[in-house]
Amino acid sequence: MAAALQTAGTLTASSNLVINSERFRFGSLLRSPAGMKGTILVVKSDGRHTVGFNAGLRGANLIPNAVAAKTEDSAKSTYSKPGHEILLFEALREGLEEEMDRDPRVCVIGEDVGHYGGSYKVTKGLANKYGDLRVLDTPIAENSFTGMGIGAAMTGLRPVVEGMNMGFLLLAFNQISNNCGMLHYTSGGQFTIPIVIRGPGGVGRQLGAEHSQRLESYFQSIPGLQMVACSTPYNSKGLMKAAIRSENPVVLFEHVLLYNLKERIPDEDYICCLEEAEMVRVGEHVTILTYSRMRYHVMQAAKTLVNKGYDPEVVDIRSLKPFDLYTIGNSVKKTHRVLIVEECMRTGGIGASLRAAIIDNFWDYLDAPIMCLSSQDVPTPYAGSLEEQTVVQPAQIVAAVEQLCR
Amino acid sequence: MAAVRRLSPSFSAASLRRILLLRPFSSSSADAADQRVLTVETSLPFISHKIDPPSRSVDTNPNELLSFFRDMSVMRRMEIAADSLYKAKLIRGFCHLYDGQEAVAVGMEAAITKRDGIITAYRDHNIYLGRGGSLFEAFAELMGRRAGCSRGKGGSMHFYKKDAGFYGGHGIVGAQVPLGCGVAFAQKYSKDGNVTFAMYGDGAANQGQLFEALNISALWDLPVILVCENNHYGMGTAEWRAAKSPAYYKRGDYVPGLKVDGMDVFAVKQACKFAKDYALKNGPLILEMDTYRYHGHSMSDPGSTYRTRDEISGVRQERDPIERIRKLILSHELATAAELKDTEKQVRKEVDEAIAQAKESPMPDPSELFTNVYVKGFGVEAFGADRKEVKAFLP
Repeated sequence: MAAALQTAGTLTASSNLVINSERFRFGSLLRSPAGMKGTILVVKSDGRHTVGFNAGLRGANLIPNAVAAKTEDSAKSTYSKPGHEILLFEALREGLEEEMDRDPRVCVIGEDVGHYGGSYKVTKGLANKYGDLRVLDTPIAENSFTGMGIGAAMTGLRPVVEGMNMGFLLLAFNQISNNCGMLHYTSGGQFTIPIVIRGPGGVGRQLGAEHSQRLESYFQSIPGLQMVACSTPYNSKGLMKAAIRSENPVVLFEHVLLYNLKERIPDEDYICCLEEAEMVRVGEHVTILTYSRMRYHVMQAAKTLVNKGYDPEVVDIRSLKPFDLYTIGNSVKKTHRVLIVEECMRTGGIGASLRAAIIDNFWDYLDAPIMCLSSQDVPTPYAGSLEEQTVVQPAQIVAAVEQLCR
Repeated sequence: MAAVRRLSPSFSAASLRRILLLRPFSSSSADAADQRVLTVETSLPFISHKIDPPSRSVDTNPNELLSFFRDMSVMRRMEIAADSLYKAKLIRGFCHLYDGQEAVAVGMEAAITKRDGIITAYRDHNIYLGRGGSLFEAFAELMGRRAGCSRGKGGSMHFYKKDAGFYGGHGIVGAQVPLGCGVAFAQKYSKDGNVTFAMYGDGAANQGQLFEALNISALWDLPVILVCENNHYGMGTAEWRAAKSPAYYKRGDYVPGLKVDGMDVFAVKQACKFAKDYALKNGPLILEMDTYRYHGHSMSDPGSTYRTRDEISGVRQERDPIERIRKLILSHELATAAELKDTEKQVRKEVDEAIAQAKESPMPDPSELFTNVYVKGFGVEAFGADRKEVKAFLP
């Protein structure tokens, strides 16, 4: 794995290893915000290599341990500053604000994002700071304002389009599929669409069927689109920033129930690689692939499993399109058993595609059939007990692992 | 690459004749001797909705008249040639021809610059030429060759020219209007004093996203002009069967509108100039161009099942845009009928040469199937799904 930091480690032990600002400066167009050293780090999130990093890099503005797992104590890593505690929606806002500071072409388009501050407060305060031309309140017209965002992106602006709920973006599906995903291809490379489409989705607390949709599966076959799902404050901020900087159109899936998660994140500027998966817990017996809210159900189940003597390896795949088959593959080669836990629909969902991808590439390494736990193929019911049964619960995960590892 | 060549100047003995230097697709003249201003009246008055219409008198000069004739002849010839190429199975799929509507493309170009944006639907061949595209690239794209304007991957409905502000070329009816409003938004955001013309047809005028985009554009005062090319038939459905109110220029309600004779290139030019000035100050405007297409909706549509042949030939006799310009040129004695015939012959030769060149050009390389799906990531580590591709930290 040619991690930049690792190759840097193998070269010399001199201070040139320090990921200094010169190496990562992104061209004269982009000025680093005043007050910061201008260090922009790309952080590898593979926890296995922390030991190697710590040894070779002293005094670097480096965050070797990018894993935001609850089981690891992040204070152990060599932060140069203490970091700050933050909630997930605030982390999204911080990422957005830093990018808007850095690049004047970034603007936000959505319903109630401006004066109201955003229905989940992700854009709170931005309208006062940047004005009405950069944080735009739209009428309730998803089809057209998504189209307008794409048209603006064709000229070089970098809009961040917010769907108040991912389900509402179904109204803009034509624009997202035909124009956003395909324009780069059909124009022979003339136009790039550096747009970010983001919004909360997933099953919440008894919000009803139309507001509890899990739509990752609908967008996944659109060519030209990149999809990521964030799950912790750390990767929310990182993915938001990376998505804004990416030249491809990116759909960022957030989850309604995760907005109030709290975590300590670094003060430095950082981004997370869009195509990379995150190793949450290293293990030996079974690989559990998950993303978004199900990560927390999996970690809860992992506690029970550890007590029962199993050692699950948990990978948060983060990148839903394209899959990070490298990290996933290494994990499969180690454990030989795979369980996919997702909140997506079973039919044609992310799990279904992932299963196919693993079977295509890693068939010889599997000792057991791949199990996939997804939410039920039903509209989310309102009643609390039924809603609970719609999504995968920790008990089911434990049972599945036990069955896989028999 | 410009497949259009300069005409050699024809010297005439008569001192009244001017030297005719025909430059393609330009509305400026460098020859001082031909700067005399002619005033032309548009054939019909403008009908307006919630705005004062512009005057019917349009200023022009001989060079412009001759260039209009030439440009429209190139466009007309291109579409007729595309018709035969389609029947010869060199162009496949969909082919929507614009002949009859040339005045809209040429008149609009005369009123604006290349920094203004134009976006249209699938009847885009001639708009592409108007924006400065070359015949060779257009035919190469239609035949799916590598040298085409979209590298052969777009086809008839996906012509684009970014450096000339031509944003396409879109297949889904009506979806280009929000895109056009977005381009206008970016123009307002960058404060560069340009406008965008978002073109659509009478069929697309019934799409909801149009009204959504119009509402947002009016709210935010975006410099966008919605141009409805009303050729009276949405595929096979006549406008009175599709729209309760076929007065498309009035459908903006709170947005002012202007109805223009779309077969008169000077009316189009005047209206677009007026619209550009208006939009830069006051926000969106709707222009309805009353025009007509001689061909059917596309090559699979004979065009005569829902309208009579008499109607088509009637329009061709009375309102054809090229004939109008020919009569104007002859009446102002800017060229003889023989010279105009010569021009047409030359245009025909040009088009044939471009086709011949395009026929020879190669198909795209098989590896092009996978290029341009994604743009490589900027500043992050970017690799393919299996990390086999080499990636770099881009500065």
